[in-house]
Amino acid sequence: MTILSLYLIFFKIGLFTIGGGLAALPLLQSEALGRGWFSSSEFFHMVAISESTPGPIGINMATYVGLEQAGIAGSVAATLGLVSPSLIIIVIVARYFFHFNEKPLVQAALSGLRPAVTGLIATAAWNVVTVAVIPVVDFRQSGQIGDLLKPLNLLIFALIGFSYLKWKLHPVVYVAAAAVAGMVLL
Amino acid sequence: MKSPDTPTARLRELYSTFFKIGSVSFGGGYAMLPMLEKELSEKKGWVSEEELLDYYAIGQSTPGIIAINTATFVGYKTAGIKGAVAATMGMISPSLIIIILIASFLDYFNEEPLVQKALKGVNIAVAVLLLSSVWKFAGKTVKNIGGALLCAGAFVTVGFLGITPILVVVTAALLGTLAFFIQGRHKS
Repeated sequence: MTILSLYLIFFKIGLFTIGGGLAALPLLQSEALGRGWFSSSEFFHMVAISESTPGPIGINMATYVGLEQAGIAGSVAATLGLVSPSLIIIVIVARYFFHFNEKPLVQAALSGLRPAVTGLIATAAWNVVTVAVIPVVDFRQSGQIGDLLKPLNLLIFALIGFSYLKWKLHPVVYVAAAAVAGMVLL
Repeated sequence: MKSPDTPTARLRELYSTFFKIGSVSFGGGYAMLPMLEKELSEKKGWVSEEELLDYYAIGQSTPGIIAINTATFVGYKTAGIKGAVAATMGMISPSLIIIILIASFLDYFNEEPLVQKALKGVNIAVAVLLLSSVWKFAGKTVKNIGGALLCAGAFVTVGFLGITPILVVVTAALLGTLAFFIQGRHKS
């Protein structure tokens, strides 16, 4: 993996990410898994760490993926790639099209885009559920129902899910709690 | 309002302000807005709160991460293209430092069975967090039958048919535009 191609891949991801860091996740997942950079499981460890550390999640993910692919130079290249489209586009918008987001045509395009992005983020959610909670891949390999429905995984999922709905604490709290639960129960 | 004497001082101040915002704001996006208001409007007086909301709205409708788009915007308005670069670099620097430290640490201990178990648990928490994000976004973005179809269509084509998300993003934007013209024709 050359530094330049990392930069270009993340430039492309930045260009098609609309509506915040989580929207970058499905694009990143498709690039990273499609290229065989990581397993799904490793990918979601990175998501956990990116959600639990300061900074925008998209930037944290880019840094992490770049680092694993090509060291510190790779993390810088990936992050710069991700922010380059922003720099170019925002400077153009600020200079020439300040009111562009109020244009009916832009609003119309966004009205189609936003629900689709929700669907895209749902693919990432589905993916992590089938890796971490109901391991569909393990089940396909073994064909044993015991590999699909693991009581302890479901228990941790229910506990974390319940406490997340009840107390909206910072994600890092749930990530830490789940790490401890994993060490004790899994 | 503090006004730095030289352009270099202003760039340095932009970098350090966004460095600070980047190192204390978790999650980016919406979670960051109160932080931006406090640092940029109240403390520095670089932008008014109304301007900030405008930049934010534009940041949501342009490609890229909202936090970075907003940083670029404020930087540009404050000190031109150099300011845009300084603000963005400030915003990404803490991520680079923190993630590199944590990742190097984790790679070192990755093979430990106990760390493996912890990471398995962590993925379950990610499942909870992502599902709740999807639920929250769906409430905000899926407002009619067309939206529901687009959301479901994106999920199925990318999740199960292996279509690239880029194609879905472009198609959804085109469909939104198309719906606009069809509705416009009905009205006129």
